[in-house]
Amino acid sequence: MAGSEVRRLEVWGITIAAVVVLGVLPALNVLLPETNPLHVSDFTINLYGKYLTYAVLAIGVDVLWGFTGLLSLGQCLFFALGGYAFGMYLMLKIGKLGQYKSDLPDFMVFLGYNKLPAHWVPFNSFWFALAAVVLVPGIVALVFGYLAFRSRIRGVYFSILTQALTYGACLMFFRNDFTFGGNNGLTDFKFILNYDVNSAATQRTLYMLSGFLLLGSYVFSRWLTTTKFGKVQRAIRDSENRVLFSGYATSNFKLFVFVYAAVISGLAGALYTPQVGIINPSEMSPEKSLEAVVWVAVGGRGTLIGPIIGSVGVNALKSWATRAYPDLWLIILGGLFVLIVLFMPKGIVGIPGQIRDLRKRFQRRESPVPVPAQGATSPSAE
Amino acid sequence: MKTEFILTAEGVNKSFDGFKAINDLNFYLDKGELRTIIGPNGAGKSTFLDLITGRTRPDTGIIEYRGTPVTKLREYEIYRLGIGRKFQTPSVYSDHTVFENILLGLEGSRGVWTSIFGRVTSEQRERIFEVLEIIGLKDRAEVKAGNLAHGQKQWLEIGMLLAQNAQLLLVDEPAAGMTDEETAKTGELLLSLAGQHTIIVIEHDMVFVRQLGSKVTVLHQGHVLCDGTLDEVQNDERVIEVYLGRKKKH
Repeated sequence: MAGSEVRRLEVWGITIAAVVVLGVLPALNVLLPETNPLHVSDFTINLYGKYLTYAVLAIGVDVLWGFTGLLSLGQCLFFALGGYAFGMYLMLKIGKLGQYKSDLPDFMVFLGYNKLPAHWVPFNSFWFALAAVVLVPGIVALVFGYLAFRSRIRGVYFSILTQALTYGACLMFFRNDFTFGGNNGLTDFKFILNYDVNSAATQRTLYMLSGFLLLGSYVFSRWLTTTKFGKVQRAIRDSENRVLFSGYATSNFKLFVFVYAAVISGLAGALYTPQVGIINPSEMSPEKSLEAVVWVAVGGRGTLIGPIIGSVGVNALKSWATRAYPDLWLIILGGLFVLIVLFMPKGIVGIPGQIRDLRKRFQRRESPVPVPAQGATSPSAE
Repeated sequence: MKTEFILTAEGVNKSFDGFKAINDLNFYLDKGELRTIIGPNGAGKSTFLDLITGRTRPDTGIIEYRGTPVTKLREYEIYRLGIGRKFQTPSVYSDHTVFENILLGLEGSRGVWTSIFGRVTSEQRERIFEVLEIIGLKDRAEVKAGNLAHGQKQWLEIGMLLAQNAQLLLVDEPAAGMTDEETAKTGELLLSLAGQHTIIVIEHDMVFVRQLGSKVTVLHQGHVLCDGTLDEVQNDERVIEVYLGRKKKH
């Protein structure tokens, strides 16, 4: 069967990608002098570190959309919550080095605070912040998911609701009195633990951590698909009623996936913030989540490897196009999406299969033997 | 005097936006019985199954399975009591193999954690092949369900109910869209299951109903019009008037 061969190809692909991303690129960055043409610049490392966090986000979208049939249009909310949770720690690590030479973050001084709000205090601890990176997105997803799935909110209604959720959160974070920096968000970071955030070594470490997080998310998600849980997940996608009437409390299964996706997205957000140097409410805006869905669609949903290719590919294209054709960038992205939806429903990962199908159809047309009667194939090809 | 009904429905009413889908329905089913429900479109046949399986809830009335009221339970809880349902349109997991479809129907734990960490035991494997043998899909175990013929999908779905060891099988139009040969095979399958399982079949195809040869209940406007053997109901004046009158032409 072709299935096992595809799986083997995927394992090889992931292994090679992991070696390149986690071994070769950092080595070329550290070991070669800048004058060497093969040298990978700090800028590139930083840029790809950001893409890797996006890829984790895309995996989150894919386990929901591609594997469970839950199209979340608000996945960036969890990404941003993770980013904010870690950003709070980074803000407090600035200490007196800010513009106003105060213990308080700059925006608080600016807004006339004279004391750190109580919910900020524990974020002085790195470990507390790290726990919050996991728990805040996880708990928000747990509560929202519990309510949504218990009320049987499905399909497009679920999508709209997730979008409304992230939009609502976005508006809230825009407010100055919400104590998270309002419009400007959190920025101007100086230290993580006691390392300089902006040094090449720290950035490289963050890049490596992003790579490991991506690898871990991929491996766990792939493993999950091999379990009975994964089978139930895809069964829910294909025929939720059948699953429900086969005795599975589908809402619990969906809730698990939703929380899992939120947690990995939150971790990705936490690595994104120090690499980009800022986290602000625009990260929660609905367009950002839609973009993540586009990456998954472009790469190929329901494949896990597709979202990685899609997110890195589209973002690399974006970086290039925004510099080369700043005015046309959005048209390029939109056009790409339309083309993919029209001609490549399975995305980039589906191209080899499409070519194979085309070839088969061609051979069948040329073959003199009549095609067997339709009775043997399914009449309900939806 | 019969002591035990496996399923009873008494005084059941259900309306949708003023339309009375089920109207003071009373229904009793013996353990091990095979019963066919017929009736014109909109008679409330599928709604009745929806009410039994928890998909919708009655406005008034009681439905009891082995003495347990089911009208307040959720779908998966009702399933766990031993009531399995086959939908009108074949509902199989098209992306899964035939084997996996049965596996997901298999009796046993339905929890999130057990499904993550559980492994398929050799006993389960044996049981799956037993079921595949019964429904005649043993040699297609590794085929994706989406690639099966229409009739095979219907059998596969019945197989999923067998795997869960459901005591009461609710089978909604199993012969719809089947060839004559497939219909006959489906009839044989259901007949072979009757006795060990209690079965309600909803059907339109009179040839198929005749093959089953079971007691027939006629539903009309959400109410039981009459019941008896197929010959009895076919000669019933009221039935001829509402339903069989136009069928008798062929």
